[in-house]
Amino acid sequence: MPKNVIQLIDVHKKFDHKEVLKGIDLAIPEGKMTVVIGRSGEGKSVLLKHMIGLIKPTSGKVIIDGVDITQLDQHDLDPYYQKFGYVFQFAALLDSLTVYENIGISLIENNVHSDQVLQVVKEKLALVNLEEDTLYRYPAQLSGGMRKRVGLARTLVTNPEIILYDEPTTGLDPITSRVIHELMYDMQQRLKITSVIVSHDVEIFKYADYVALLQDGKIQFFGDAKTIWESENPYIYQFIRGLSDGPIQVDVAHAA
Amino acid sequence: MILQMVNTLGMFVLATCDQLGKFTLFFAHAAYIAATTRLKITKVIAQMEIIGVESLTIVVLTGTFSGMVFALQSYIGFKRVGGEQFIGSVVALAMIRELGPVLTGLMVTGRAGSAIAAELGAMEITEQVDALRTLRIDPFQYLVVPRIVAATIILPFLTIFSMICGIIGGYLVCAYVLELSPEDYINSIRTYVELSDINGGLVKAAVFGLILSWVRVYKGFYTYGGARGVGISTTQSVVTSSIMILISDYFLTKMIEQL
Repeated sequence: MPKNVIQLIDVHKKFDHKEVLKGIDLAIPEGKMTVVIGRSGEGKSVLLKHMIGLIKPTSGKVIIDGVDITQLDQHDLDPYYQKFGYVFQFAALLDSLTVYENIGISLIENNVHSDQVLQVVKEKLALVNLEEDTLYRYPAQLSGGMRKRVGLARTLVTNPEIILYDEPTTGLDPITSRVIHELMYDMQQRLKITSVIVSHDVEIFKYADYVALLQDGKIQFFGDAKTIWESENPYIYQFIRGLSDGPIQVDVAHAA
Repeated sequence: MILQMVNTLGMFVLATCDQLGKFTLFFAHAAYIAATTRLKITKVIAQMEIIGVESLTIVVLTGTFSGMVFALQSYIGFKRVGGEQFIGSVVALAMIRELGPVLTGLMVTGRAGSAIAAELGAMEITEQVDALRTLRIDPFQYLVVPRIVAATIILPFLTIFSMICGIIGGYLVCAYVLELSPEDYINSIRTYVELSDINGGLVKAAVFGLILSWVRVYKGFYTYGGARGVGISTTQSVVTSSIMILISDYFLTKMIEQL
């Protein structure tokens, strides 16, 4: 088993009176693709945001490189942001900027020369299989799949060691979803990046190394993605087959 | 029953103190970032264009018509005591010391303030602000400080337009509608209006710019709850900054008077 790059220890998170995370213990292996699955509204995105310090837990620890980042303030989190890339659920591209400005924003804001920015942006654009003619379009002019690819390209500019993907294929058709899955797999293989993917798309298991299932605020399963269909863990068995019988209570109102 | 009332009152006081604390800390952090990081000049200029240039028409219109109506009302009053020759100074002093800065502040709040609260609110709920953080771009340096600096600088300039248009509006009414002596109008301004009046008006305008931008970026930044949340933030930012402008106007006038 490779070394763990992120470790969550007994992480609890309460919003007002609702406890979303009820004691998460999870370790993310280095250089591997780990998928966190779970039902909608279970707190998967909240969990992902804890890994990068965008949300602080009510209690518990998030250890990165031996440091508990929950104790750091915004300024001290800076070096950790440098290690991470975060691909948001709806890409979170800045509406008022073009694709070029969105992808190159971290360079532009650090006063890198425009020729160099353009070169890096073109290189990352090619990595996510986008044509150069998209460079000067605005996010509103792009399809959902293209926006997600631009979001990934923007993240790649910072050369992250770890990329966190928040539901990268939600709202996409099966073909585009497959393209995005292959792209993520390709990135991980080529750049030796550690990937953590929040998803409820079972197709991702083909590409992933490990799977974690979040249910009732806790990790109910963590195991090898390749053997997941043989797993007898009742939670994972029910979830990946979409069964209504099992330990996961199917609340119609919740599901709606 | 009494216990419940005390409880409700206590909760209200606590919530208000919490909001006020957050509001003050937000500004303190923005001031700290402004003092310790490089100011993004291009963003300040872009914001000055959005706030200033795009609000100019409305400021000119409200200034002109306020001056016109003020001249008309003053005439009705002064005619009774035979003081029509003072209309010019009354209109000018009102526009310079009071109406110019306050009207400009309120108009910009409605015109540009609400738009920027909505823009920042939408950025917040679509995770664009979080995206900036993960890209190691400080949202205060990138979004907050340029907006506050731009509004604080541009409001006095807009106010100058409002003052001048108001005085011209008053002049037009006096000279062409009421058919009074234009010389009296101009001479009374020359005699009674001092440079300190203009300075005081411009200081007020700058403070109003600071207040309206502070409120709207704060409200935009703490937006949650989807499109409805953006609507609530926008409305709250207009109401809160308008009230704060009117309240601070009294205290600013008192302070400037004592200097």
